[in-house]
Amino acid sequence: MGNLNVKFGLRDMFLDGVRPVHELAGCVFLNEHRVEIDAQGLKHKELNDLLRKTLLEGITKITVRNVYGQRYIGTRLYRPDPEKKAEITIYRNPGNDLGAFLDGHRIVVYGNAQDGVGNTMDGGEIIVHGRAGDIVAMSMRGGKIMIRDNVGYRAAIHMKEYPGKVPVLVIGGTAQDFFGEYMAGGIVLLLGLNLKENERHKAHYIGTGMHGGVIYLRGRVEEYQLGKEVGVRELDDRDWEIVQRYVGEFSAHFGFSADKILKGKFQKLLPVSKRPYGKIYAY
Amino acid sequence: MRVKTSWRSERLLPAKDHEACGLFGVMDITGRRFGGEMAINAIKNIKVRGNGLGGGFAVYGLYPEHKDYYALHIMFQNKSVEAKEKVEDFLVEHFNVVYDEEIPTDPQVNLFCPPLVWRYFVAPKKKGEEHSLPDDDYVVSRVMHINTGIEDAYVFSSGKDMGVFKGVGFPEEIAAYFLLDRLYEGYLWTVHSRFPTNTPGWWGGAHPFSILDWTVVHNGEISSYGTNRRFLEMHDYYCTLYTDTEVMAYAVDLLMRRQGLPIEVVAKIFAPPMWDLIEYMEEKEKKLYTALRMVYAPLLINGPFTVIVARHSEMFGLTDRIRLRPITAGAKGNLVFLSSEEAAIRCVCPDLDLAWTPRGGEPVVVRLHSQDHLLSLNQSV
Repeated sequence: MGNLNVKFGLRDMFLDGVRPVHELAGCVFLNEHRVEIDAQGLKHKELNDLLRKTLLEGITKITVRNVYGQRYIGTRLYRPDPEKKAEITIYRNPGNDLGAFLDGHRIVVYGNAQDGVGNTMDGGEIIVHGRAGDIVAMSMRGGKIMIRDNVGYRAAIHMKEYPGKVPVLVIGGTAQDFFGEYMAGGIVLLLGLNLKENERHKAHYIGTGMHGGVIYLRGRVEEYQLGKEVGVRELDDRDWEIVQRYVGEFSAHFGFSADKILKGKFQKLLPVSKRPYGKIYAY
Repeated sequence: MRVKTSWRSERLLPAKDHEACGLFGVMDITGRRFGGEMAINAIKNIKVRGNGLGGGFAVYGLYPEHKDYYALHIMFQNKSVEAKEKVEDFLVEHFNVVYDEEIPTDPQVNLFCPPLVWRYFVAPKKKGEEHSLPDDDYVVSRVMHINTGIEDAYVFSSGKDMGVFKGVGFPEEIAAYFLLDRLYEGYLWTVHSRFPTNTPGWWGGAHPFSILDWTVVHNGEISSYGTNRRFLEMHDYYCTLYTDTEVMAYAVDLLMRRQGLPIEVVAKIFAPPMWDLIEYMEEKEKKLYTALRMVYAPLLINGPFTVIVARHSEMFGLTDRIRLRPITAGAKGNLVFLSSEEAAIRCVCPDLDLAWTPRGGEPVVVRLHSQDHLLSLNQSV
């Protein structure tokens, strides 16, 4: 082994071979005031460069087709002018970190999303007509995410909020373990619409390390599925207002009956401490 | 040693390293054999999960014309003729070699320091007391001898009717180098991108790792490597490839072939339920999981991992119990897929019937002529 040469020509998989935007004109079709992009075979950066260029040219309605795993869609699209927010429609299968750092734009996905939807998203909307992978809404700090079906592990991990800026995550299906882990703020609704009558939610360790924000959970969950840092409360009038509002929006997007959803049993999960690990790490 | 003098790119990796391993596996549960296009295109789709320092394929149903013989894929580091002579002397002494040839490669594909890779189709030549030894055990001990005792020679794979092709490069380059898309068919393909964690990239150290017809591709890091390795050494498995994933291949051979445990139980040894969840189980389950955790504690695989383990007629995907690495399963007709990302499956099979995310620690078991993979749906989302 000692004689092995381990010096290699390391290559950058993200940036090697990325074509400049002007060479990608063949993938872009202008249709009235809407731009269509065919993402087949585009690298992550190429697609995002095209989106950025389109938006800077003043076109805000964009459809992207044949997306197979391209990452970071919707990031790097900062526009200070609120009227110039884009509406990006995505067909197929956007890659990881969809809408990372999203700056007020609206992304609609017809298909399944992968891991890291809305990572550190700042504002805007992400609507997924399908399911999503792990760490949905990680560190999200503003805006709205709605997922029609299930989500993977650690949804809403370390979501946060500020005065006047509260992120919202609505999940139509159920979630896997560590749902709401280390949550520091924001509003999360887990509706469990695809669970059978009286079937309990699948997640364990719900709200482990949670120290801010609120989870409204519809359907059955056992005490042992909850993290030690979470308490269960009944909903008060203000809670119902919030739940009705977002269930209404959710139903409008995906064609569900809000009344039917609201008939289910809701519970409110709250952190019992603002500093759950204060005793461990403070000295 | 040849030193490469020109680099394809001058660019160095960014200071923060974004890649993670890419895994993909596809199996036709009717046993129909197909070419490598799906595996190659899928792993190309998740290229950013690799870094060009390792790629490899395992193919089952590969050598139907020699399916009764152990197919040894052996690499000779630095194209060492001396190592090859030693290996061949050893093989002739312990096996009947029915056929051997250099594995064809495409010289146009420029890779870092390729070794000589040769394949031998062999049958055990047992003497005296060895006749009481099962063939598989006989082969394992001889493979261990080559790996540990003969310098510059390493066995890529040693199963029947299957083979591993791997090396330093992007997986699609390895595929082109070994002409995988042109020469071979199989009913089960697994593929890996990137290089073994904490290991210098070298040809023997690329995934898949294999013993007999077991192969393992792995994303993550096995932090229990030391404990696992010492336990396996007590059972005559010696780790020689300088990387963590190797223990997984030997562990499945020990548990499944020698001890006869089913995949479903082995998955619970590698990724056992947490103690605080065992407490809430039914009495019978509680007993089983407690016993497994006690008896097989040294084979608990700690640290983040996703693996796809394969052997003849089955493959299974498994993540660590708190799912620190991703996996997605998909199915369309007779094809069942396992992958690091759903996009990789969709790009080779856009109209999937089913796509699901298994629960951490819960295996997706894909078997020939069965629908067992659907069992993991219950626990999944």
